[in-house]
Amino acid sequence: MDGMSLLTITVLAVFVGFEVVSKVSSTLHTPLMSGANAIHGIILVGAIIVAGQAAETWVLAVALLAVVLATINLVGGFVVTDRMLHMFHARKEVARAAAPKADGK
Amino acid sequence: MSVLDPAWTALLYLAAAVFFILALRGLSSPRTARRGNLVGALGALVAVVTVFLSARLENIPWILGAIAVGSAIAAPVARRVKMTQMPQLVALFNGVGGGAAALVALLELGHTGDPWVRLAIVFTLLVGAVSFAGSGVTFAKLQELMTTRPVVFPGLPVVMAAVLLAAVAAAVVVILTGSPVPAVLLLLLGLVAGVLLVLPVGGADVPIVISLLNAFTGLAVAASGVVLGNVLLVVAGTLVGASGTILTRAMAAAMGRSVAGILFGAFRGGSTAGSTAVSERPVRSSSPEDVAVLLGYAQRVIIVPGYGLAVAQGQHTAAELADALEARGIDVDFAIHPVAGRMPGHMNVLLAEANVPYESLKEMGEINPEFKTADVALVVGANDVVNPAAKTSSGSPIYGMPILEVAEARQVVFLKRSMRPGFAGIENDLLYQPQTSLLFGDAKDSLAQVLGAVKAL
Repeated sequence: MDGMSLLTITVLAVFVGFEVVSKVSSTLHTPLMSGANAIHGIILVGAIIVAGQAAETWVLAVALLAVVLATINLVGGFVVTDRMLHMFHARKEVARAAAPKADGK
Repeated sequence: MSVLDPAWTALLYLAAAVFFILALRGLSSPRTARRGNLVGALGALVAVVTVFLSARLENIPWILGAIAVGSAIAAPVARRVKMTQMPQLVALFNGVGGGAAALVALLELGHTGDPWVRLAIVFTLLVGAVSFAGSGVTFAKLQELMTTRPVVFPGLPVVMAAVLLAAVAAAVVVILTGSPVPAVLLLLLGLVAGVLLVLPVGGADVPIVISLLNAFTGLAVAASGVVLGNVLLVVAGTLVGASGTILTRAMAAAMGRSVAGILFGAFRGGSTAGSTAVSERPVRSSSPEDVAVLLGYAQRVIIVPGYGLAVAQGQHTAAELADALEARGIDVDFAIHPVAGRMPGHMNVLLAEANVPYESLKEMGEINPEFKTADVALVVGANDVVNPAAKTSSGSPIYGMPILEVAEARQVVFLKRSMRPGFAGIENDLLYQPQTSLLFGDAKDSLAQVLGAVKAL
């Protein structure tokens, strides 16, 4: 891909990045940070490409280290974010479950 | 394996990029947050499968093995970590991502002669290394493996400037020659710069730095996408870099800080002022029974939970105490500071875990005018977020941070482990005021004793 197209895509992605999170409440700052953190674990794709092209042993070793690190970022990031958000979800379930009881009193 | 032709590959990468955008948008709203995260994970899965099906790859068993190792490390840790330690885990995940980006860039150096691509390589090397080392230091600070106070030494700005100059020199050599030795040197200089960047940051500001380093890693990933000519990496990295920047500013605003002030405040020497003053003034300590009487005969109680509550795993006991008081007809609310715990929104997660109903959790702007009408403000393991020094003492490291105005309540009760100052390392004047009483001990034990005494009233 030529440089100009990449630049165009980059600039557009900057604006999308600004736009999608511009109205987030402080309650969600931590999960959002954690979710964004997981997304940049997609460097795994880059690490796989480099490891797949490695011809020398040391290059392969370094590339596999990058694969391990990137996987930790990607998998760990999504799992820990899901755990955080599960608690928000559970809270709503509890509130909903509690509401009919209160009505019944 | 090369099953997919380039058009299909590009389409699938585009789909993954759209999933990431939808993920970020979903994460910005409480109703869709969890689905958003799953959509993001789906995007990542699509991208990884696509790369295996499209690129001509050798060493596939090795790569699959490395992915298995990484997953085997990350998934159990992420699943089992205590929610109180979650901020440092996020820091750690962020750091390894930056490290991976730097390693990818280093290995690509031999594959290109284009100076523009080499420019992207040196950027990835430097920023990835800064993020890796900086995240390591934030982890050490949050895990309290090292002091949470700002670490400054004379000449720090000079050393930092020298490191950055050397890094620029090494980067220029790499761009001109493509030689690997200065590239490794640049990587090492990046590591040093990352440590120097985070050392002077005070404990309370560390979450903002995590968010900033998160944005840095995003930019490093975007640059590595330029290096590899991979549009998905460019888009995903740029998204995280941009949204991370906005998020960092939003967090800093929630704490009344500027990002530049956090990073460079300690260099100016202003951020440590007043932090060493330890007073010998008398305080009024009281028994669980005294506290129970105060609470049991109040009409309105506001509970201010802090990190101490979280560390003691006392959120369930706090929820029980709130129930017991409500059963006596007392109006009970939880006042949540935006940075209660260690990160914005952290306390909401912890109390949600303890099944405290959503309606009882009041944000700062909503609850602050109500302290005037409260009979008792019960501060459990919080300190910095209620410290009036943030409003009155301009030399204080937390000056300008919005606080919960517990001093307005008729009585203030602190449940504290000791007189040790809070995470920001500064004393709280409120502890010595006449309307304040203190109950020393582990937050959970103290709450349990108070709960028992309230039930016995």
